[in-house]
Amino acid sequence: MQVIKDKSIINDEWSLIRNIENSDPIPDGDVILPFLFWEANREKLINSKDKHAIWVDGSIETESIANDLKYFIIIALDFPTFKDGRSYSHARLLRERYKYEGELRAIGDVLQDQLFFMKRCGIDSFKVRDDKNIEEALKSFKDFSVRYQAAADDDATISSQRKFK
Amino acid sequence: MYKYDNYDQTIVNERVEQFRDQTRRYLAGDLSDDEFRPLRLMNGLYIQRHAPMLRVAIPYGLLSSKQLRMLAHISRKYDKGYGHFSTRQNIQFNWPALETVPDILADLATVEMHAIQTSGNCIRNTTSDQFAGISKDEIEDPRPYCEIIRQWSTFHPEFSFLPRKFKIAVSGSKGDRAAAMVHDIGLYLVNNEKGEVGFKVFVGGGLGRTPYIGKCIRDFLEKKYLLSYIEAILRVYNRFGRRDNIYKARIKILVNDVGQEEFGKQVEKEWLHIKEGVLKLDQKEIDYAKSFFTSPTYSKDAVDDTSYNEAKKSNKSFLNWTTRNLYSHKIPGYTAVIISLKAPDIAPGDATDEQMDFIAELSDLYSFGEIIVTHDQNLVLPNVKQVDLFLLWEKLKTKNLATSNIGLLTDMICCPGLDFCSLANAGSIPIAKQINEKFDNLDYLHDIGDLKIKMSGCMNACGHHHVGHIGILGVDKKGEEFYQLTLGGSSENDATLGDRLGPAIAKTDVADVIGKLLDVYVKLREEDERFLDTYRRIGITPFKENVYASN
Ligand code: SF4
Repeated sequence: MQVIKDKSIINDEWSLIRNIENSDPIPDGDVILPFLFWEANREKLINSKDKHAIWVDGSIETESIANDLKYFIIIALDFPTFKDGRSYSHARLLRERYKYEGELRAIGDVLQDQLFFMKRCGIDSFKVRDDKNIEEALKSFKDFSVRYQAAADDDATISSQRKFK
Repeated sequence: MYKYDNYDQTIVNERVEQFRDQTRRYLAGDLSDDEFRPLRLMNGLYIQRHAPMLRVAIPYGLLSSKQLRMLAHISRKYDKGYGHFSTRQNIQFNWPALETVPDILADLATVEMHAIQTSGNCIRNTTSDQFAGISKDEIEDPRPYCEIIRQWSTFHPEFSFLPRKFKIAVSGSKGDRAAAMVHDIGLYLVNNEKGEVGFKVFVGGGLGRTPYIGKCIRDFLEKKYLLSYIEAILRVYNRFGRRDNIYKARIKILVNDVGQEEFGKQVEKEWLHIKEGVLKLDQKEIDYAKSFFTSPTYSKDAVDDTSYNEAKKSNKSFLNWTTRNLYSHKIPGYTAVIISLKAPDIAPGDATDEQMDFIAELSDLYSFGEIIVTHDQNLVLPNVKQVDLFLLWEKLKTKNLATSNIGLLTDMICCPGLDFCSLANAGSIPIAKQINEKFDNLDYLHDIGDLKIKMSGCMNACGHHHVGHIGILGVDKKGEEFYQLTLGGSSENDATLGDRLGPAIAKTDVADVIGKLLDVYVKLREEDERFLDTYRRIGITPFKENVYASN
C-alpha cells in the first residue's frame, strides 16, 4: 500500500482495521486499530505488541486519548468525508497541546486539494483515496508558498516576517 | 485603505494558479462534481439557475476607484454588463462562463482583489460599518481589525471545512450599522471602566431558517487577544457543531443547544490554552494594520462654503436628495454621499459597467478615490466637500444614480430570488418592481420616512427579511409564489426579529398590502414617529385587522 510520508511516496505495511468487535481476537501483524478496541483491550495489547497504532474520527475527543499517546507510533485521523473538518482540530491539538511526536496519518476521504491544509495542521502522512492519483496529489504541498496564520507546522507566518523586517 | 505587500500579492496570485488547475482537472473529469463543489465554493463560484455566479470579496465594503473600474471591466468582458452588490458588501456576477473564471480571478488579482472564501463552509468576508472612519459616534475605526481578521482567516488550515458558513462583523461605533447582532460572531469596539478600548463579543446570531440574535459571551476583550479568542470560538464550533443536518449546523444552534453560559465557558477554557501563544497580537501588528486607515487630508476651509445652502433653497429636488442621501461627517464641511442603486426601474443593488466607471471617476474627483458598499446595497462616496454636492448631484442624475430614496420604502433590500437563484421559492425582483410602481410619488415616500423593507426569495434569508421593518419572504404554495410578511424587525442596536403578520399573501397583492399597512401607520402615528416605533407602540393587531379584514 502506498502512502505519502514526509512529502514522498512510500510503501507501507500497516493495515487498517475498520470494523472489529471489542470482543474479537487481536489481529496479527502491524495493524491500525480503532481506538475504542485498543482501549477495551489495552492490557492485552500492551503485553502482546510493541508497536501500537490507532485510528480515531472526529467523534472521539482528543482529550480522551491524550493520556495514552506514549504508546502510539501512528495515530490515524479519519475523514469520513472530506467535508468533515473535525480532524483538523484534533491534529492541531495532538501536535500543539499534547506534543504528540509520532506519525499522524490522514485516512478516509483524503484528496489532493486538502493535503495542504492537513499538513499545516500537523498531519505528516496521507493515505490518498485509492481511486485518486497519488503522484498528482503531491503537488498540493506547493499550493501556497506563504501563509498568514500560525498552525502546527513551524513555517514562519507572514506577520512574523513583517515584524522582523 | 489597506495596500497589499508582496506576501498578500503572492497569496492571491498562487490562489489564481491553484484554481486554474482545479478548474482544469474538473473539466478533464479528474474531479467529480461533488469534489469540485467545495473548491469552487471557496472561490465564490456557485452554479445558479442560468449560469455560474461568481461572488467577489470586497473586504469590509471598501473599494478604490481602480478596483471599481476593474469590476466594471469584468462585468463588461465576462458578463452582461452589470454586477449585483450584495447585503454582505460583496459583488456578484451572474453570467460568467466557468472556463473564464480563472481569468477573472487573475484580473482581480492585479488590483488586489479576490473571491477567496466568499462562499462555502469557511470563514467569510468580514463585514463592517459602511461609515467607518467618518462617523461622529465612532469609538475606533473597526477596519484595521477587520483586516487583521481577514488575514488570519484566509486559508485557515483548521477552519476551512467547518460545519457551515461563518460570518464575522465588527462595529466600531455606538450605533451599530454592521448588523453585528445577526452574525456568527459580532464584535463591538467598546470602552471599559478604565477607558481602554477592547471588544464586546457576541456569538450565535444569524438569520436563515432559525433566526437568533447574538448572545454576549464576553463584555470586554483586550485587543491583543482578538485572534486567540476568535480561534477558541471557532475551535469549539469546529469540534462540536452539528454536521448531521445542514439546517442545524450553524453555530447559533450549538450556542442554543448547550446554552449561552456553557458555550461561553467552553470557549474560555479553550482560550486559556492559547491565549498567550503565537496568536497574541503585538502592538506593532495592530499599528501596522492601523497605518493603512488614516484620514485623507481634509481642507480646512470646506466649512466656509455657502453655495450649498443656497442651492438647497433654490432647488427642491436637490433639497430632497440632500435630506435623504447624505450622512453627516465628523469633519465640518464634509459629508458622505449615498448613491442609490434603487432606481425604480432597476433590480435593487445592480449597477452597470458604465455606472461603475462613472462612480469611480466621481470618487476620484470628489472623494479621494474611495467607494464603500453598504449593507443596504448602495454605494457611498465617504468624503465629499459640501461645496461639490450640487455638481455631483447633477452628474449623478445623468446616469440614473440620484434617486432620493435612501432609507425610504423604495430603498429595499432584495436577494436575487427566483430570477437567478436555484434555491428560491419565489421571485423578489418582480416584487420590488411592483412596489416601485405602486409607490411612485416621492412626496408620499418622504412623508412615510424611514422604512426598511427587506425581501428574501426563500428561508435562507439572504435578503435579511427577519430584520426588516417590513419583511417579505417568498414561499411556495402548491407551485405558486406566495409571500409571508413580518413586521417590526431591526438589525441595529435594538436588534429584533419581525413578527409574522398572518397567512401568506398572493403575489399580485404584495404592494397593496404594504399600502394597507402604511394606511394604519399614517392614521395612528404620533408626531415624528417612524413606522417601526409606531409598530412597537401599538402592536400587530391594528395592522393585521386592516390587511385581513378586507380580504
Ligand atoms: S434568500 Fe433564498 S432565494 Fe434569495 S438568494 Fe438566498 S437562497 Fe436564493
